[in-house]
Amino acid sequence: MVWINAVLQGVLLGGLYALFAAGLSLMFGVMRFVNIAHGDFIVVGAYLILTFVISWGLNPIIGVALVLILMAAAGYLNQRFVLNRVLGKDILPPILVTFGLSIIVQNGLLELFSADSRKLPTGTWETSSLALTDQIAVGLLPFLMFLTAVGVIAAMQFVFYRSALGRMLRATSDDPEIVPLMGGNNARIFAIATALASLVVGIAGIWLAMKTNFDPAAGPARLLFAFEAVIIGGLGNIWGTLLGGIILGVAQTVGAQIDAGYQILAGHLVFLLLLVLRPKGLLPKVSH
Amino acid sequence: MSPLLSLKGVDKSFGALKVADQITFDLPAGQALGIIGPNGAGKSTLFNLIGGALTPTAGTVQFDGRDVTALPASARCHLGAARSFQIPHPFVGMTVFENLLVASSFGNAGHRDQRAACKEILERTGLIHRANRPAGTLTLLERKRLELSRALATGPRLLMLDEIAGGLTEGECLALVDTIKAIRDSGVTIIWIEHIVHALLAVVERLIVIDFGKIVAEGDPKAVMADPLVQEIYMGISVDDAAA
Repeated sequence: MVWINAVLQGVLLGGLYALFAAGLSLMFGVMRFVNIAHGDFIVVGAYLILTFVISWGLNPIIGVALVLILMAAAGYLNQRFVLNRVLGKDILPPILVTFGLSIIVQNGLLELFSADSRKLPTGTWETSSLALTDQIAVGLLPFLMFLTAVGVIAAMQFVFYRSALGRMLRATSDDPEIVPLMGGNNARIFAIATALASLVVGIAGIWLAMKTNFDPAAGPARLLFAFEAVIIGGLGNIWGTLLGGIILGVAQTVGAQIDAGYQILAGHLVFLLLLVLRPKGLLPKVSH
Repeated sequence: MSPLLSLKGVDKSFGALKVADQITFDLPAGQALGIIGPNGAGKSTLFNLIGGALTPTAGTVQFDGRDVTALPASARCHLGAARSFQIPHPFVGMTVFENLLVASSFGNAGHRDQRAACKEILERTGLIHRANRPAGTLTLLERKRLELSRALATGPRLLMLDEIAGGLTEGECLALVDTIKAIRDSGVTIIWIEHIVHALLAVVERLIVIDFGKIVAEGDPKAVMADPLVQEIYMGISVDDAAA
C-alpha cells in the first residue's frame, strides 16, 4: 500500500514538474530557444505572489491575477527588446544572454529578499485531504496542483493546435524566413509566444510558492527538473511534457520510499535511463 | 487613374555587380505582365525589389500611388503585394488548409470569413481535395498550387508568380495556366516570371524582357517575341543567323 501511495503522490508531484516544464517546452517548440533563466523566472513568480499576498496583504485572487499579468508583460518585453536581438542561426548567444539573466535575477532576488527560505502559507488547504481508501489519501493542495497542470497543458495544446494564434506560432516555428513575406512579423510572434510561456511560468511560480520552500538560488534546480520533464516526454510534444513530469515525480517519490536520501537521485537516474533507451523522448513530436 | 505598381529608375548593386539597372515601368491595375530573360538576368531580383525583400540602391517603387521603397516585405504584403516562390516553401508540419489560414491571419488580418475565403481559394486552385493533408506530403504540382493558394490567401491585389510552371509536365502546365487565367479574370493584377514561354503567352497581355538587369524590350507579347534582339538574347538565335 505504501508503494501505491508513493506512486500516487509522485503523479501529483509530476503535475508541478509539468508546470515547471510547460513554459520551457513552448519556448523551445516555437523558437528553438533554450532559456537558462527559466527556473529563476519561476522563482520570481513565487516571490511576486509572496510579496502581493503576504507583504502587501492583497486578496489572493487579485495577487494571482497581478502575478500573471506582470509575468506575461515582462516576458513580452524581455523577448521584444532583449532576446529577439540574439535569436538567429547560432544557438550560443541566447544561451549566454539567458545565463546572464539568470545570474542577475538570482542576485537581484538575494538583494531584495535575503537568502532565507520562504514559503507561501495556504492555511487550511495545507492540511485538507481527500481520503480515497482508509489507507490512501491525497492532499488537497497536490490534487489542485495536478488539476492545474492538466488544465494548463490542455489549454496550451488547444491554443497551439486549434487557434489562429497557434497556427501563426507553428508557422513561424516551421519557417521563420517565409512568414514576413506573407505579412507576418516574427519579432511580434516570438514576443507573444514568450508572453504565453511566461504566463505559464507565473502559474508554476505560484504553485512553487505554495508547495515547497524556495530561496533566491532555487531556480537552477527547477530548470533541471523542467528540462528533464521536457526531454523525457519528447521535445515539442505538449502532452509529452505532462507525461515527462509525472514520470520524474513518480521516480522521485518511489526513490524516496526506498530511502529518503534517494529522492532527487532516483529522478535523475530514471531520466538518464530514458535518455539512453529513448533519446527522442517517449512521445516524439506529432502534429496533432 | 494611377498605376497599381510603378517603378522609376530602380537600381540595385551588390558591390560592382549591377543586378537591376534603371528599371522603369508602370503596371495598370488588372493587367497581366510577363517577364522573361536569361538565367541570372535579374528577374527574381526584380521580384525581391517589388516585394520588399531587397531595398533598391536608387530609384523608387510605388504601390497604389504610395511610395513603398523603404517599407519591409511584411508591410508591402499588408498593402496587397503577394508572391509565390520558384521553390515552394510550404509549412510542412501543417495541413494544406492550415497553410492557407495562417497566410490569411498574417497577411489579411481582420478578414471576416477567413475559413470560407480559404476554402474558396482551394476550390479555385484545385487543391480542395487535399485540404486536410499535411503539406509535406504534396506532389510538386500540388506544392506549386499551394504556393499560389497561400499567396492568394493574403488577399493580394498584385500577385507575383516566380517560375510557377517550372518542372511541371505539359498537362500539369496547361491546367495551371487555366487556374492563373481565372485568377487574372477575377481582377487580380499579375506579374509572372517564366521560362515556359507558351504558358506565359497564354495569360499575359504585356511582356518585358530583361537582360543584365536592364529592360531590353517591352510591349505586346507577340511583337516582343518577334523582335530579333529578343530572339538573340533569349532564344540564343543570333541576328545574323536569323537574317540568313
